[in-house]
Amino acid sequence: MKKYIVSGFLLLSSLFSFTQTSFSGIIMDPSNPKDNIGIEGVSVHWLDTNISTISNSKGRFTIPYKKTYKKLVVSFLGYRTDTITVLNSNPISHFLTPQSGLDEVVVITRKKATYKSFSSTTNVFTVNSDELLKAACCNLAESFETNPSIDVSFSDALTGTKQVQMLGLTSPYLLISQENIPSVRGASQVFGLTFTPGTWVESIQITKGAGSVVNGYESISGQINAELVKPFSDRNFFLNLYSSLNGRLELNTHFNHVISKKWQTGLYVHRNYRGEKFDQNKDQFLDNPLADQINIMNRWQFTDVEKGLVSFINVRFLNDEKQTGEMNFNPAKDKATTNAWGSEIDTKRFETSAKLGYVFPELPFQSVGFQIAYSQHQQDSYFGLNNYDIEHQSIYSNIIFNSIIGDTRNKFKTGIGYTYDTYNELVNTDSFDRKEESLGAFFEYAFDNLEDVSFTAGIRIDAHNLLGTFITPRFHLRYVPWENGVFRASFGRGKRSANIFAENQQLFASSRQINVQDVGGSIYGLHPEIAWNYGISYMQKFTLFDNKGDLTFDFYQTDFQNKVVVDWETPQEISFYDLVGSSIANSFQIEINYNLAAYFNLRMAYKYFDIATDYKSGNFQKPMQPNNRFFVNLSYETPVAEEGSQWKFDATFNHIGKQRLPDTSSNPVVYQLPGYSNAYELLHTQVTKVFSEKFEVYLGAENLTNIRQKNPILASDDPFGSYFDTTLVYAPVFGRTLYAGLRFTIN
Amino acid sequence: MKKIVFIMSLSLIGLSVQSQEIKKNKNLQVTFEVDGVCGMCKKRIETAALKTKGVKFALWNLSSHQLNLIVDERKTTITKIQKNILEVGHDVFGFDSQKIVAPNEAYNAVAPCCKYRDEKVVSDHN
Repeated sequence: MKKYIVSGFLLLSSLFSFTQTSFSGIIMDPSNPKDNIGIEGVSVHWLDTNISTISNSKGRFTIPYKKTYKKLVVSFLGYRTDTITVLNSNPISHFLTPQSGLDEVVVITRKKATYKSFSSTTNVFTVNSDELLKAACCNLAESFETNPSIDVSFSDALTGTKQVQMLGLTSPYLLISQENIPSVRGASQVFGLTFTPGTWVESIQITKGAGSVVNGYESISGQINAELVKPFSDRNFFLNLYSSLNGRLELNTHFNHVISKKWQTGLYVHRNYRGEKFDQNKDQFLDNPLADQINIMNRWQFTDVEKGLVSFINVRFLNDEKQTGEMNFNPAKDKATTNAWGSEIDTKRFETSAKLGYVFPELPFQSVGFQIAYSQHQQDSYFGLNNYDIEHQSIYSNIIFNSIIGDTRNKFKTGIGYTYDTYNELVNTDSFDRKEESLGAFFEYAFDNLEDVSFTAGIRIDAHNLLGTFITPRFHLRYVPWENGVFRASFGRGKRSANIFAENQQLFASSRQINVQDVGGSIYGLHPEIAWNYGISYMQKFTLFDNKGDLTFDFYQTDFQNKVVVDWETPQEISFYDLVGSSIANSFQIEINYNLAAYFNLRMAYKYFDIATDYKSGNFQKPMQPNNRFFVNLSYETPVAEEGSQWKFDATFNHIGKQRLPDTSSNPVVYQLPGYSNAYELLHTQVTKVFSEKFEVYLGAENLTNIRQKNPILASDDPFGSYFDTTLVYAPVFGRTLYAGLRFTIN
Repeated sequence: MKKIVFIMSLSLIGLSVQSQEIKKNKNLQVTFEVDGVCGMCKKRIETAALKTKGVKFALWNLSSHQLNLIVDERKTTITKIQKNILEVGHDVFGFDSQKIVAPNEAYNAVAPCCKYRDEKVVSDHN
């Protein structure tokens, strides 16, 4: 009887095992793939089950399979443990990867070079130093080439300066700060980003839309904050050399020194130099300016963990000289004459800042921060027969108190801020002097229910001698409707005084007559600019073919209540006047980040802009602003081999749609431009070979397809005539540029 | 019995923390161990602690399993906080390092990657 039962059971069980399908495969060693020799004794099991097996002498295995089993774990001593996604019961062949020590682990847990925050209430995008290395070169203005949130355009045909834009608005509408101290503003608006060398930057936070009230009332379409390297965490010694075939040479050195347990200091020296003249487009004008910049910063960091104190003291000095214009221009001889057209821009800047932070030792959620900054900026320049000098002194200070209401789900920041600015400008023969002073108080409340809702609501009130007393509200909301999806919304108001000459100084390199329509306002006779910004965005994280990605849609609108309209529509004139009517900037963006395979990432974005303003002559799209932009970035890194050696490849493609050009129809036919520029494509590539943690070299090409604007300078043959204009630039002036550099680090 | 030992030790600790003062501390620092295994656990533990009235600050350390709290003693007790953590499925350790086990139904509700009682899950996280 027992026998029957046993055999019956056996029969049943064999039946049972027949109904179960099986899954088979072969595990091989990558060191001899040709022989197809399998590895014996490899452990194979289904994730989260007890079903396992071991490969046979030929490396083959067979394991029971059910449709619910998706993850096969393959492990063998001395090799990396792999988890394979199984979609059907077809046999597989799998190569194990020999484990090369602990380095492997480091790479796997490596943080991403860019980071789109899921948990932050604001729409913030963080770029760390790894991503910054992908940019061709070398200063903050050039660090955004691989970033779709920020568009890089050209300010003019002479200085080679790149201008950044966010949501279709140029940098004056952004709050650009260095460690939360507003830095690129006032006199430094146009060239300011080129005054921060890329190697000094530790990370960049890009916030779209209305920012926080803590940093002031000026930001309208977004904030860019750059964190600089810190003496404590930066490398002991760092050297970067760069050279490009367009004659640019750069040197960056960092020296960091530990003085005591509490004090560290760092000295950062930057120099860039271009001494060679280029004229690829044969218009007798230099394509890039001759340049020489010396930039020195000294930082001191103090940390006392027991007392909860941290402090930074910075001192920086900059001297920047540029010369541009006609090839044969000799400043010593030809300055202020009509022998040859030329321009020199000399900038000296000194800045110092101090920060002190105190965290209450018993209460980690409570802290006080104090910061004070002083800067003195002096630019002396001439453009042909036009003179422009500006001196700007600035003091910025604030005190912030952080604490909670009840518990850490309810946080707040409150404090007061004081700013003081003096401007002395000389525009040809007219001088403009201005003093701005403001005292403000702010309160920002942040709520987070730790699950699906968080919001930040801030308000500040400022009393300003020229802008009046006004209230600035800012609001951000974050909501997680379902897993891996985040919805965000924001609104806020911004107000600022437009530095019309400093922000548009390319106008001096033209024969345009300056026309400021004084209406009795407090700044150049004009009124302050006021705008509301509204935004919504949705981000969804996803997993496709076992690889992770995210998809973001966002839409932002900036609606100006008042704007100082910069009107280029009359060919021989530039006019500044208060907005009558509407000026609305809409921007829409779809962005996809996707990890195509291990170490292989894709980033893709499509952007649509509709930036329309009521000019005196009618409602037009902003000139030299494409409606459509398309962006693709591909990056690939090889796994880090022994001693840290690695290859990195990076390519960025940009499609820039057609752009409206200001009206030139009243010019003589030879000096006319079409109504729209043609669309064009740009390609940048870079290869980095890392030899070890100490040493790496990189080689790249900017504008690989050699796209150039044909006649970037209107009437270049008659620079002192009335049609001369260098401001109508919509494409690169300089063609393909190859560059190479090295980085050397001692820790 | 266990409970009595626990309560005794609790009150002892409470006494030693504020031996001089009888007045209740509105920023009392408390640390005890809570079992868990991953970032999701961290969030769950901290949230449960913070949602207890009187808890101002909660920080759970993934490697040491220590939960650091700042509490307003006038408004809550350690037992209440621990009860709330147990209710979301995490075992806590009393002051004598005595383990208090979370109810099974609460433990069963945590996500598969958070099954800290399963040695395999724990080793997968290491």
